[in-house]
Amino acid sequence: MATKAKRKSKSKVSNDQLLEFYKTMLDIRRFEEKAGQLYGMGQIGGFCHLYIGQEAVVVGMQAALEEGDSVITSYRDHGHMLACGMEPEGVMAELTGRIDGYSRGKGGSMHMFSEEKGFYGGHGIVGAQIPLGAGIAFAHRYRDNGNISVAYCGDGAVNQGQVYETFNMAALWSLPVIFVVENNRYGMGTSTERASAKSDFSQRGQAYGIPGVKVDGMSVVEVFEASQKAVAHVRAGKGPMVMEMMTYRYRGHSMSDPAKYRTKEEVQKVKTEQDPIEQLKERLLSEKIATEEELKQIDKEIKARVAKAASFAQESPEPPLEELYTDVYA
Amino acid sequence: MSIEILMPALSPTMTEGNLAKWHVKEGDNVQSGDVIAEIETDKATMEVEVVDEGVIGKILVAEGTEGVAVNTAIAVILEEGETEVSTSSAPDASVAKVADKHQEETITSPNTQPVTSIDPEPEWDGPTKSVTVREALRDAMAEEMRSNEEVFLMGEEVGEYQGAYKVSQGLLDEFGKKRVIDTPITEQGFAGIGVGAAFMGLKPIVEFMTFNFAMQAIDQIINSAAKTLYMSGGQIKSPIVFRGPNGAASRVGAQHSQCYAAWYSHVPGLKVVAPYTAADAKGLLKSAIRDPGPVIFLENELLYGESFDVPDTDDWTVPIGKAKVVREGSDVTIVTFSLMVRKALEAAETLSEQGISAEVIDLRSIRPLDKETIIASVKKTNRLVTAEENWPQSGVGAEISAMIMEEAFDYLDAPVTRVSGKDVPMPYAANLEALALAQAHDIVRAVKAVTYKD
Repeated sequence: MATKAKRKSKSKVSNDQLLEFYKTMLDIRRFEEKAGQLYGMGQIGGFCHLYIGQEAVVVGMQAALEEGDSVITSYRDHGHMLACGMEPEGVMAELTGRIDGYSRGKGGSMHMFSEEKGFYGGHGIVGAQIPLGAGIAFAHRYRDNGNISVAYCGDGAVNQGQVYETFNMAALWSLPVIFVVENNRYGMGTSTERASAKSDFSQRGQAYGIPGVKVDGMSVVEVFEASQKAVAHVRAGKGPMVMEMMTYRYRGHSMSDPAKYRTKEEVQKVKTEQDPIEQLKERLLSEKIATEEELKQIDKEIKARVAKAASFAQESPEPPLEELYTDVYA
Repeated sequence: MSIEILMPALSPTMTEGNLAKWHVKEGDNVQSGDVIAEIETDKATMEVEVVDEGVIGKILVAEGTEGVAVNTAIAVILEEGETEVSTSSAPDASVAKVADKHQEETITSPNTQPVTSIDPEPEWDGPTKSVTVREALRDAMAEEMRSNEEVFLMGEEVGEYQGAYKVSQGLLDEFGKKRVIDTPITEQGFAGIGVGAAFMGLKPIVEFMTFNFAMQAIDQIINSAAKTLYMSGGQIKSPIVFRGPNGAASRVGAQHSQCYAAWYSHVPGLKVVAPYTAADAKGLLKSAIRDPGPVIFLENELLYGESFDVPDTDDWTVPIGKAKVVREGSDVTIVTFSLMVRKALEAAETLSEQGISAEVIDLRSIRPLDKETIIASVKKTNRLVTAEENWPQSGVGAEISAMIMEEAFDYLDAPVTRVSGKDVPMPYAANLEALALAQAHDIVRAVKAVTYKD
């Protein structure tokens, strides 16, 4: 643990925490790159939505949560699972459709869960996870256990009607839920400007009296600090909050999206100027929290871990045929 | 060791593509995430990013090459310290594509999902009392809420209003606002909140003012409640009951008069029940609340005020998935459910006066379907008429007809005949509505046709 004297930054975030953030973000990035590669080799089928570029959002948010809190999101979910502490082996094996996957190979990229880690999916219907997430918050409140629920959605989902039905009930019943809008500027191929009459999503709860904040979702530290405040508000029983995280996805909507709706220059600009991992890396180096050599070592370890997950996922057997008929009824 | 870069598949259906352009040349340093090439398919042009870092050692497929098969090595990257290409083995590429060997694999498949063993229906020879279907439903909820703190009721007007059809009368007084929750008029939203609560192990009873309005929520019912257990490999259960009146009431027009039995019975993961008597309503609702998965509980507004004898106990349950022979007969089997049971019994009475002995089966559960009881009856009577309020196409009768053809064809002496609602939206005019609904005389006519007594 870093002592106060050692800490050179003005931030309330400790050096150890910064390093943790770095590791988890890099973990997600390397995992997603490997998933993209396996997809290219035909080892992963169907749809595969990568989280590359958005890592700071889930890493900063998850770090503000406590044991017993719950998380739910849409289909761009690999990063959320890793940030919730789910094993990369199990996630990757689900991507390859094998028996050791979190859903025994029956869910795939968009449908994974871990009750143990409080991760409730992984949902493929845009916006449907928002009422579900409020329902999870309802259960926490019903049981009066002090836990909260975080429901993530994208800038595309935030125009769905059920999101507002949920905002209304969450505010009406003061449910302990944070609605995190990950605004990566494109709902598939449609920019927020072309899809939303008003694109300040942090204010979308205003009509229901839900406070909202806009956060630089490319800065893990800003995400973390804003999340801490939101979590405290919600946990104190003051009702839901909306957090709009301004972020960017580097890859296409899914693997089969050539992303012709934006320029290469736009993508390149974000990558060079705002990359969440590079930004933090610079800080770690300039504040001498870690040396170049140490970071290289971290990268090496992460790569090895991801490679291990990838070979595990390719070696794990396909589900036995009997699995076809199991888990339909409880 | 050197790393081979393989021709990637960019969509689930891509088998080959053109290597349109190289952005790097041999000797270039690359970092993870760098775009190194562009490939083209008939659908799109895509960029290839590298995952590994190092030096481009060799380009194996030249720019402009067409028809490059997926997984062909297109370049080699040298890792730190390497100067020469040494690709004795490319571990990733050696993994066989698993999809290729699947064509011959089969598994004995039931046409519909078998449900784990169904308990036998309990015998009751104790005292009974006459109660309405409305009271029976209320009693079932109240008893289950008393015995399990995690059972709660939510829906429009269930609390202070005491229920749009007074089914939840008195529950708010007894259980309070925490467990009897009035919702705004937002079916999709509160159905989703109910399912989310069920994911956490609570046992919600979600009341729809009518199932017609549940169409707003059908995505949450099917995609979230019915499929999540499967999609989670058995981890996340949805122990939830969706209940409310279903089918036509009386002259409320097309948007308030639809029967959804066939719709929901189509879905693996759901159980669907539609009781007729108060005893079945009570026993099945208690079973539905105790069930570890989602149950669609279809009531009928016209039956709420009808009285039946109900076992006088607070522990009366009826197993889901068991039909009941409500009238024995030998010449023909009439299979039906919900309000249509009454019409079938009327028809059986008329037929008996004309010398035809009809057996009437009340399905009670639409899914799982009690095939055994239907088949046993058909083996005896050799004739089958189905009767339902649903529209004919892809209805419950259509399913039973197909099932009996597959499983008891040799026992049939006449074609299975369906009686159903007419294939039109429900009209408002009294005469047209009566014509659109399946009536007892329609059943009589169908029975006479299959017994060749016309």
